[in-house]
Amino acid sequence: MDLDPVLLARIQFAANITFHILFPTITIALGWMLLFMRWRWLKTNQRPWLTAYRFWTKVFALTFALGVVSGITMSFQFGTNWPGFMEKVGNIAGPLLGFEVLTAFFLEATFLGVMLFGHGRVSERIHMLATFLVAFGTTMSAFWILVLNSWMQTPVGYEIIDGEFHVTSWLEIIFNPSFPWRFAHMLLASFLTMSFLVAGVSAWQVLRRKANPSSAVALRAALTLAALLIPVQIVVGDMHGLNTLQHQPQKIAAIEGVWETEKGAPLLLFAVPNEAERRNDFAIGIPKMASFILTHEWDGELKGLNEFENHPPVKPLFFGFRIMVAVGTLMLLVSWVGCWILRRHGWQPERAPRWLIASIAGMTFSGWVATVAGWYVTEIGRQPWIVQGLIKTADVASSTPAPYIALTLAGYLITYAALIACYIGVLRYMAEKPSDTYDPAPTGGAAVLGGAQLARKAGEA
Amino acid sequence: MTWAEFLPVIFMGLMGLSMFLYVVLDGFDLGVGMLLHRADDRQKDMMIASIGPFWDANETWLVLGVGILLIAFPKAHGVVMTALYLPIALMLIGLILRGVAFDFRVKAQDTHKPLWNRGFFIGSTVTSVAQGWMLGRFITGFAEGAVYDLFALAIAIALPCAYVLMGASWLVLKTDGELQRRAAQWGRTALIPVIIGMGLISLATPWVSSTVAERWFSLPQLIGLLPIPFATFACFVALWWTLSGTRALGTLCWLPFILTIGVFLMGGLGLAYSLYPYVVMDRITIWQAASSTAALNLILAGCAFTVPAILGYTFFAHRVFWGKATELRYG
Repeated sequence: MDLDPVLLARIQFAANITFHILFPTITIALGWMLLFMRWRWLKTNQRPWLTAYRFWTKVFALTFALGVVSGITMSFQFGTNWPGFMEKVGNIAGPLLGFEVLTAFFLEATFLGVMLFGHGRVSERIHMLATFLVAFGTTMSAFWILVLNSWMQTPVGYEIIDGEFHVTSWLEIIFNPSFPWRFAHMLLASFLTMSFLVAGVSAWQVLRRKANPSSAVALRAALTLAALLIPVQIVVGDMHGLNTLQHQPQKIAAIEGVWETEKGAPLLLFAVPNEAERRNDFAIGIPKMASFILTHEWDGELKGLNEFENHPPVKPLFFGFRIMVAVGTLMLLVSWVGCWILRRHGWQPERAPRWLIASIAGMTFSGWVATVAGWYVTEIGRQPWIVQGLIKTADVASSTPAPYIALTLAGYLITYAALIACYIGVLRYMAEKPSDTYDPAPTGGAAVLGGAQLARKAGEA
Repeated sequence: MTWAEFLPVIFMGLMGLSMFLYVVLDGFDLGVGMLLHRADDRQKDMMIASIGPFWDANETWLVLGVGILLIAFPKAHGVVMTALYLPIALMLIGLILRGVAFDFRVKAQDTHKPLWNRGFFIGSTVTSVAQGWMLGRFITGFAEGAVYDLFALAIAIALPCAYVLMGASWLVLKTDGELQRRAAQWGRTALIPVIIGMGLISLATPWVSSTVAERWFSLPQLIGLLPIPFATFACFVALWWTLSGTRALGTLCWLPFILTIGVFLMGGLGLAYSLYPYVVMDRITIWQAASSTAALNLILAGCAFTVPAILGYTFFAHRVFWGKATELRYG
């Protein structure tokens, strides 16, 4: 069998990026959640907040480690898989990646040590600052990476001299047309993924009768956050879609399964796009709805795939988009119904109906599914280009022989699959452990500090 | 030399600095990883605790080093990455394994702990061997042939030994009691292959590369270079002396670590002198591989602010965890 090296290189890079994104998606938002829990503990002196902080700090450390190692892999795979990319756009991508490492990567990696193990060794204020810097660093990281990614989707601010890209305006490059929407969409995705993880694990603890006092407060905070953010995400996602229609209409055509340019295009709920015969099989749709959503007019015109010389593969975009939207809708339903019912039970999950708690626990990793599906839609939607309309992916691929790529791909896939299984297994094990194992006896450094504070507060009162 | 010509030299220096810092900083935690299986369970925990707050930031220097190759010398980056495709993949899997094993070993069930300890050991070893192999291939400009493979193989064995020496001297610095005593012994054991390896490599390098031979053995450069082997030799003698008996166990516990850094520094200087001005030996110079002056200027401006800040807070982190390592506790 002949293996296509470009396709293998793409699968390898996609596998790595898929594995990588699972973890930053959690840590970007979890950093801020930890800051919130820590602040609540300092403010209220309620022990459950400290317990929650300690437990989620451990999860953060584990998730962060997985994100770091897969991120290092990615920094190498830029060169091993797409050497031509940096040769051509090095002047633009280079500084962006450089600033990511210089301003964000080091910040989070260094202060993580202080945040995880420094409690009791530094003052409360410095420790809070370290926690903030870790959260800030992860967010900055996302900022720079999404600048580069958005620029590859909607390139501006450059000129091409002898086939090499040169910068004409950094401001245009950084705030390129799709960046604000993509950044907002991704950050919200991160917060939703984290919210459902925190809520889901807490619900799992209740379900397995391993709940501790921190389960209820974490569940309440996370579920409330999810219920507040999901409508915002739907609006931002819609605007991101309109932005894509303007700049990458072929991506939208593939998402909606529109082959011929049409007015009043239906919103397809289900169909099987048939690329060979360029039509949809088994289509079920709502008449005129796609046109209305995208152009805000019932008879708005949508450009069809047949008008584009190069367009992305249709099936992954068509299904990927529907998976993302379906999960998003479920998120809306579970978070709103969950908040409503739990509120009526005084936010005591033990007293809430069991089916509800089970549904929340079932949504633990829903953010991963939605994020990865959405990410596939946007990245596969750029193909066959690596920089939209300017450089084709196949033209920058490495000359590494296919068997080498296949061999290393197998190695990576085995490693990744094993690690995801370990991650979920350990998360479950940690969730079911009694809380005093991560909430040390009052002899521990932090507990002494907390104790001193309690004593001082009591003195003041 | 105009500014545009000088810029790539600065970036070569920056890349050298981050690679040097990487080798020293990640060197000690890779070394500790390779020593892990020799210790008992309590000592294992202490060894991990001594590197716990640092390993993450240490690995970031590798990202910066490769990052500078990527952003300052994009035309060499592709050549290097393609030539080293397989060892890079091997190293990455090693790095992944050790990075996660570090965290899993304390969070998974106790019955799984030995498994993750082994993962940490294997990951550290695979990473170090792969890095040694890459260094060997890099020095010869990726030349093909059995002799060059043998040369790379020699470095693939020598570099892990040097990391073990680094790790052992780190443990002498950060621990006390029985573990410290054993660490000094491990350091002494590692010292012999390091001395032999470095000697052999120094002899072999000019032999496999005529460019290096010319650079080393022509007057007057030879006289200027002599301090490097002499200083290395002095460091080795001093290491041998401090690591014997109980000399390094008291107030001199910092000395082996500093001396090992000295050995690495001399090796790095020798290497830098041999390579300059090539990014890929005998094939691509730093000027041929460099990005546009505009891009380099921008990155340099960024580096001027951030690198001192990074060095500053790296020092702060080491300051927070100054002195002997204690049991790690999440807070």
